Amino acid sequence: MQGFGDAFGAAFALIARFDTDLVEIVGLSLRVTLSATLFACLIGFPLGALLAVGRFPLRGALTVLVNALMGLPPVVVGLVVYLMLSRAGPLGTLGLLYTPTAMIVAQTILVTPIIAALTRQIVADLDAEYHETLRSMGAGAGMRMRTLLWDGRFALTTAALAGMGRALAEVGAVMIVGGNIDHVTRVMTTAIALETSRGELALALGLGIVLMILSLALNSLAMGARVGAARMAHA
Amino acid sequence: MLRLVATGPGPDAAIRLEGVSLRRGGRMVLDGLHLAIPATGITAIMGPNGAGKSLSLRVMAGLIEPDSGSVLPSEAVRGRQEIALVFQKPVLLRRSVRANLRHALAVYGVPRRKRRERLGELLDFGRLAAIADAPARALSGGEQQRVAMVRALAACPKLLLLDEPTASLDPQATAAIETLILNTAASGTAVVIVTHDQGQAGRLADHIRFVHKGALTEAAPAAQFLLAQKSPEAQAYLAGKLLL
Ligand SMILES: Nc1ncnc2c1ncn2[C@@H]1O[C@H](COP(=O)(O)OP(=O)(O)OP(=O)(O)O)[C@@H](O)[C@H]1O
Ligand SMILES: [Mg+2]
Repeated sequence: MQGFGDAFGAAFALIARFDTDLVEIVGLSLRVTLSATLFACLIGFPLGALLAVGRFPLRGALTVLVNALMGLPPVVVGLVVYLMLSRAGPLGTLGLLYTPTAMIVAQTILVTPIIAALTRQIVADLDAEYHETLRSMGAGAGMRMRTLLWDGRFALTTAALAGMGRALAEVGAVMIVGGNIDHVTRVMTTAIALETSRGELALALGLGIVLMILSLALNSLAMGARVGAARMAHA
Repeated sequence: MLRLVATGPGPDAAIRLEGVSLRRGGRMVLDGLHLAIPATGITAIMGPNGAGKSLSLRVMAGLIEPDSGSVLPSEAVRGRQEIALVFQKPVLLRRSVRANLRHALAVYGVPRRKRRERLGELLDFGRLAAIADAPARALSGGEQQRVAMVRALAACPKLLLLDEPTASLDPQATAAIETLILNTAASGTAVVIVTHDQGQAGRLADHIRFVHKGALTEAAPAAQFLLAQKSPEAQAYLAGKLLL
């Protein structure tokens, strides 16, 4: 067990010299999280817009469901994806368990409801303002959705960043479906959990510091999106 | 569906409302409204606050189905894009002026290769070239009105409905909008303008329709109406005495 000060010193040293293990873990974290966020946006933006402006049966029920899924416990998502991908599961033949792909799948499931629910709210608010104008112009449903998504682009950027923040900080799901295998599926959060339990505080702290910095960066970007929207008087 | 297709609005009318009634908030806000809009020239709709002017424009534009009565558009204005409406408070998209107009052209189904040319024409027509790349919602009220009007014209409508387009504008901006209106009417589009301004009605209108409590109380040529009103409501309104 190292002393507290020593651990901090060693942590900063790891970051300063771009320690290969640390860089590899951070890199995988970003790859998994960015991919999951991208897929979640591709599903969540249109789904949210559809829930906001579409008129179809079960829309209300679907909206409630998406909102409820926002609070999904990551370990439950991990468990379900594990069962699907495990050898005996329905998708077992794909051999995806304990791969980064499995982690991307789990995080996509986790983040999609967040982005869809935020998108629904953003698009619904905008639609309240645009509805009559677009209708008077004779815009069809597809055109309306595209218009609202584009004009909500700054707020939607914030939604995507919120989803990404959640994915980046999440540990339960990626632990279960990734297995925290060294050099294969070890990401920042799972590594921190493991290294801390092993008493390897330097790497744990180093990763913790990087995670904090990334989280702050996401928040700054979100703020930047808001400022950008205001500056361009698009708000 | 009350929009009858079999019968038209009658000769020389672009659109006609026949006994149109609409209930809102437990009272009749349009109450058996008969309103014929001439197919040529500029028609001013006048009447006190809350008379139902804005609602009647929405009914004409097909945005509201009346509870009873008929909406009879002429053959010429029957397509979805033949009637364009500029709202009392226009809503512009969160984009540049140019992008707002480009969006309208896309909605109106103008083929991609023709959009650039049409865009240039519209910017010229509205004298918007200097502010084409400004974010539309950062513009002054008068500039926004001009953009909204040009956007409506992007549809090449046969009937243009304008709801108090100069209500909060300075004389110069008002003159700019009025010029646009006159040019539009001169190009053969029937124009309806809701206004509280007698001077404006005199400068622009060929016909006046006076609405009070959701019903028509007077219809007359503009010159005649502004000189002497027949209905006591219109007399009281122009004298500044009519309350709804
Ligand atoms: N959704 C609604 N619920 C209740 N009342 C309504 C609703 N929409 C319109 N009204 C009422 O209908 C009446 C007519 O409204 P409208 O907007 O057509 O008036 P207007 O003649 O355009 O008045 P103004 O000159 O002030 O613009 C008003 O008294 C208004 O309060
Ligand atoms: Mg009005």
